[in-house]
Amino acid sequence: MMPFSPKQPESLLMRRCGLSREHRISLGRLDFVPDLSGALYVPELQTLLVADLHLEKASNMARRGIHLPPYDTRASLAQLQAVLKATLPQQLIFLGDSFHDNDARERIDETDLATLRDMTQRYETIWITGNHDSKPPTDIGGRVVDEVMLGAIALRHEPKALGADEFEIAGHLHPGAGVSQRGRYIRCKCFIGNGTRIIMPAFGSFTGGLSVSAPPFARVFGEVDYHVWMLGERAIFKFPRKRVS
Amino acid sequence: MSELPPIFLNWFAKRGWTARAHQLAVLEHAVAGRSALLISPTGGGKTLAGFLPSLVELSEPHERVGIHTLYISPLKALAVDIARNLEAPVNEMGLKISIETRTGDTPHSRRKRQRENPPDILITTPEQVSLLIADPGAAHMLRHLKAIILDELHSMVTSKRGVLLSLALSAVGTFAPTARRIGLSATVADPDALRGWLAPSGEPPVPLVLGTAGAKPIIHILKSEERVPWSGHSTLYAIPDIYAAIGQARMTLIFVNTRSQAEMAFQSLWEINEENLPIALHHGSLDVTQRRKVEEAMAAGKLRAVVCTSTLDLGIDWGDVDLVIHLGAPKGSSRLLQRIGRSNHRLDSPSEALLVPSNRFEVLECEAALQAASENAQDTEYPAVLKLDVLAQHVLGRACGGAFDAGELYAEVTRAWTYRNLTREDFDRVVDYVATGGYALKAYEKYAKLKRQADGKWRLSHPLLAQQYRLNMGTIVEAEMLKVRIASVKRRLGRRVVTGGRSLGELEEWFLSQLSLGDTFLFSGEVLRFEGLDEFGALASRAFGVDPKIPSYQGGRFPLSTYLATRVREILGAPAKWKTLPQQVRDWLSAQRWKSLVPLSHQMLVETFPRAEKHYMVCYPFEGRLAQQTLGMLLTRRLERAGAQPLGFSASEYALVIWTVRDVSLMISTGRLSLQKLFDEDMLGDDLEAWLAESNLMKRTFRNAAIIAGLIERRWPGKEKTGRQVTVNSDLIYDVLRAHQPDHVLLRAAWDDAADGLIDVHRLGLLLKRIKGQIVHSALDAVSPLAVPVLLEIARESIYGEAHDALLAEAAGILIDEAMRLV
Repeated sequence: MMPFSPKQPESLLMRRCGLSREHRISLGRLDFVPDLSGALYVPELQTLLVADLHLEKASNMARRGIHLPPYDTRASLAQLQAVLKATLPQQLIFLGDSFHDNDARERIDETDLATLRDMTQRYETIWITGNHDSKPPTDIGGRVVDEVMLGAIALRHEPKALGADEFEIAGHLHPGAGVSQRGRYIRCKCFIGNGTRIIMPAFGSFTGGLSVSAPPFARVFGEVDYHVWMLGERAIFKFPRKRVS
Repeated sequence: MSELPPIFLNWFAKRGWTARAHQLAVLEHAVAGRSALLISPTGGGKTLAGFLPSLVELSEPHERVGIHTLYISPLKALAVDIARNLEAPVNEMGLKISIETRTGDTPHSRRKRQRENPPDILITTPEQVSLLIADPGAAHMLRHLKAIILDELHSMVTSKRGVLLSLALSAVGTFAPTARRIGLSATVADPDALRGWLAPSGEPPVPLVLGTAGAKPIIHILKSEERVPWSGHSTLYAIPDIYAAIGQARMTLIFVNTRSQAEMAFQSLWEINEENLPIALHHGSLDVTQRRKVEEAMAAGKLRAVVCTSTLDLGIDWGDVDLVIHLGAPKGSSRLLQRIGRSNHRLDSPSEALLVPSNRFEVLECEAALQAASENAQDTEYPAVLKLDVLAQHVLGRACGGAFDAGELYAEVTRAWTYRNLTREDFDRVVDYVATGGYALKAYEKYAKLKRQADGKWRLSHPLLAQQYRLNMGTIVEAEMLKVRIASVKRRLGRRVVTGGRSLGELEEWFLSQLSLGDTFLFSGEVLRFEGLDEFGALASRAFGVDPKIPSYQGGRFPLSTYLATRVREILGAPAKWKTLPQQVRDWLSAQRWKSLVPLSHQMLVETFPRAEKHYMVCYPFEGRLAQQTLGMLLTRRLERAGAQPLGFSASEYALVIWTVRDVSLMISTGRLSLQKLFDEDMLGDDLEAWLAESNLMKRTFRNAAIIAGLIERRWPGKEKTGRQVTVNSDLIYDVLRAHQPDHVLLRAAWDDAADGLIDVHRLGLLLKRIKGQIVHSALDAVSPLAVPVLLEIARESIYGEAHDALLAEAAGILIDEAMRLV
């Protein structure tokens, strides 16, 4: 028996995307609109933020004999294009770890490369460096920086200790959260925000979520309260810190 | 009949024994160079029968030139036991035979020695045989192999473990084509399947030898004065009766079906243990040292009772058990017979057993099991066959042993009975998968695991891959487990500091991850309070005098066997047979006959009735929870399309209930809904496919297949990093693969598994066929007596679909807001 129909259902090609109608995450006098895909949109500046794409993760692992489906880059880019089409930003900022490693450029497929170049032509693109891609490729367009300011807010890959009146948006940690309800445990990627910083979920198709109760988050937030915005299948849900694990 | 050499006859005579007929029959087959299957009940000298031909051959002066006999048992503990038991006759007869074991615990130095200087008899487990043939020295070690003994064969062939073993046997057959295979098995319903399994495909099934049947077991069903509950799986009502029975026996084994039942029964027994009887607990999640302690105390006769799960199922002889109590229905007659076999491990004296039903349906089931056991009737369990993920693992293993020719390996693989129907096309796809992942997009040629040599043979591209194979091989995929340790909670500078202490055992990660700080649960016979997670696992403190939030383990719940299900339907359909049932159960069934109707054994009853502003439809297929859950998923989809607006469903072992907004009785009476059409077999087409693709069950099955096939590595406790960058969640792989290559070999493997495993499509298909034209409908004004148990069980799984976002919305309080809004 054929396991599944050979036709590919549209909805399966990617996670759903769409800007949240009801949720706004405020930070440093700016309003941010979370997108179901894990991107963050700033209407006032027509800017789209995306963290931790980890392009070419599968081919990186293939070098060690782990042959994951080589479709992750294509799936991530398709998802990204869908968000871009919906938001049509002026500016597109990647918060680091856009490529899974510094050699990713050598492995990327021609079709995907063309998609990336087309994207940087259409949108003013900034690549923030990350621990995985300290040297993002320079021949695909866009500007490479270590950090960049968005108004009063610093955009960087890894969260830092903040002084008074400092604001930050970072990625790196791949936050995920879980909620127990009716004896079932539901887990998804999430945004974390507490008025001084936002941690973005990982966008890449082969990136998962690390529980917000894991030690790295405690090191960033300590005992400070925050909210999470969980990415459901069709909607985003907001919970206080004490409700999730 | 073959004659035993004098030295053996003397040995038997010295013990006052004579060799049994089946032992001599096996010997005769072996001497003639034939394989054989011996089926004999526990305690019949079965293992000795398997070894006797080898011992006779090895009693002749011989040079040690390689392994003579390979003995394979499913349990590590059994291997060590057997080696010890075999040493006795060998030493007493003064035979010069070297016997060694090789299990996962065998140190590297001993393995190396075994390779250089192999013993005459090697006692080992199925996984070790695969590892053996993945060794470049395998041909050398096995070239003089004469015999392979497969113990507890019945328990191995039904799983992927057996499938892997059959591939390994086929490979061993390449190195030692004349080696005989002696299969040892408990009584099974269909010996022919095992006879076929043992022979290389294309050859006739191996001859069958039957041992003498043991004394018939004496089985009772507990007749409690207490009220038998309507539903649920706890046998708490009967704890005083059980305690009384323990008091009267020397040593009691109390079997339960799940670990949570074990925990609960153990705690309840101790609550009333006024005489301080030594009662212990034994299940697979407990710490190994704790389990070993219990086993030793048992063997030493220091215990009066042990509450245990299937961890004590297989043929280990622990001591002087004279009573087996089974809490809850045994779910299958073969399982019951084997568990009863634990008591009086001697052939001539009857075993004694007591069945304790946990609810009214289980009374019927226990009655059915009792009848089956008294006729020694077995459930039919079919050997598992043709698993593509297992084949992938085996192909990599063969490459670790040296370069292979694809055509030759295909021939070898299809000589295994389990792969006799494998097509060359599928075989080549599996090889392609092992080499480069099997993707349409050929991205990994340069990272291939297998490369073609100039002579056309496939070889391993890097020696490190062999090391990876050794770490990841095997077919048993456990749920991810975390250690549970006792926490000490201190206050330091006003802050709570929790540190970990002694380990209590392991629990499933998914279970622990849904606990909140302070939640209490029952584990290791104690009520524990959850204190959080650290990098080593979970921390918990002892909680006293509180009611635990009992863990609901997924593992350890067996579905009702088809055979018992048929018998239960027969009892139900023949009121004349009700007279053996307890009065309260008889009253319940009589009330059902009066208020609704009782179906004949070949019919399926469907009841519809209104209750509390909802409409209910209950059907009674008696096909086990898994098949009925799948049926529930599919029926709700269909009812949705028919406009009945289903709200949810719940499945028990016996019945399925669906509740709707619309009046289903009315829809049926006005002809807008046809039950025959609703239950038509065509639901196994598009509906099934559409549901499955999105289902979490499918993702779980895929994960298992992906681990077995080596796509994702197993996680080894202590060796993993935080995991974020190192591993990719198998759900994400599933989604991407499903979208970009829906015909991938691993998706097929996962589908095949789901079909006869978690979703039991096979059984559902048989059900739909069986009830065609046999559905009887009873439209009622109110709930029927038969429907009460399943309505009481409506609980956690009663949410329609996977309901991901609905639950999140509810948790976020949105639904309540919507419901309470005035406009």
